[in-house]
Amino acid sequence: MVSAFARTALVALLLPASAVLAASAQETKEAYSAAKALSDKAAANKNQWPATLTALAAAKAAIEAGRHDEALSKAKEAEALARASIEQTEREKTAWKDAVIR
Amino acid sequence: MKALLAPAAGLALALSIAIPGIADAWAAEMVDPKADLKTFQAYFYEKFPNVKHEDFVNGPYSMDEGMRKQWEEKEEFPPYDFAIEKGKELFETPFKNGKTFADCFENGGIGVRQNFPRFDLKLGEVVTLEYAVNRCLTENGETPYSYVKDEMAAVTAYMASTSRGKPFAIDVPNDPRALAAYEAGKQYFYTRRGQLNFSCASCHVQNPGNRIRAEVLAPALGITAALPIYRSEWGGMGTATRRYMSCNSQVRGTPLAPDDELYRDVDYFLSFMSNGLPISGPGARP
Ligand code: HEC
Repeated sequence: MVSAFARTALVALLLPASAVLAASAQETKEAYSAAKALSDKAAANKNQWPATLTALAAAKAAIEAGRHDEALSKAKEAEALARASIEQTEREKTAWKDAVIR
Repeated sequence: MKALLAPAAGLALALSIAIPGIADAWAAEMVDPKADLKTFQAYFYEKFPNVKHEDFVNGPYSMDEGMRKQWEEKEEFPPYDFAIEKGKELFETPFKNGKTFADCFENGGIGVRQNFPRFDLKLGEVVTLEYAVNRCLTENGETPYSYVKDEMAAVTAYMASTSRGKPFAIDVPNDPRALAAYEAGKQYFYTRRGQLNFSCASCHVQNPGNRIRAEVLAPALGITAALPIYRSEWGGMGTATRRYMSCNSQVRGTPLAPDDELYRDVDYFLSFMSNGLPISGPGARP
């Protein structure tokens, strides 16, 4: 029952954090803001995924603790999830019609 | 979106006369609740030829013989009895101004549950039974109930109990606002959401009778008839709103606010699809 789409979302979750080395404070703050903006948009769409908020909260905690690498990877994860939820909303604006019983 | 739909329907009519080629595309956009109802019910009757039509209102029990036996035993001492009693008491206790719930409903609120949700032409919106209960409270200077459990579940349980066996008689008047609300409910039902990318239909149209963890999925046909329900997992009663919120969470999504208009619209759509089937609520679930 796991759709291709859900699998893409999962893959996004599993992207290696090690790809990013020694992130700067500035870089993490920007990544966090970008993720937060997308997450707010998903919420405005009434399609916020709880996983986005979890990742966002983890990013914030890591920023506050000065763990920038971790913060960056969590912010990127939140951004990928938020983006996927926004794309889902966009796609479903018309795709829902294909599912109607006929 | 709501404002846009109605003129579009009007335009479709106009175009179908003028330009037949384009008209087909427009016609596909037209809101036709009666046609939807026919295909919706036919889908379930064909998919489950051995389920008696009036049995679809028993949710998971209509799909699973083993569960049904357990349920029939349970019904000898139904766990929602307490809620019905409490609901009756609340229903009959006068407000501070001396009026009661009976003053807010047709026929004093007895045997009317099957007519909800209804589209209120004066308000221009869908009024579910829960919404009507809260409007009654606020209009009489009382504090509205929580939409998910406790008093709301009790009062609606009592009202449902006075309507048991009465067939759903939901009307979608030929009013652009009513048609738009119906269509919004339909869209909500078929729209995929949450991290699991499921719509209500993914579970309740494509998979009724199948198990998801320990639970057997109820068919979408008749799915609002048993509400409110007692659920062991909740350790008590829950309203229609509570059920919809749980279903949203199951797909790793965020539920709407309990008073979101979309929950009223989807209740309207699903109850209209169940027209002719009997009220079975309040219900009890494992
Ligand atoms: C992941 C699958 C899933 C999705 C998606 C889902 N539900 Fe459910 N739903 C369930 C399960 C499990 C139950 C409890 C077992 C049952 O009664 O089907 C349930 C129960 C219900 C019930 C109560 C049925 C009864 O008789 O007890 C209603 C009403 C309902 N769902 C409506 C909805 C609506 C509306 C949506 C879309 C917002 C939705 N569901 C989406 C899994 C799902």
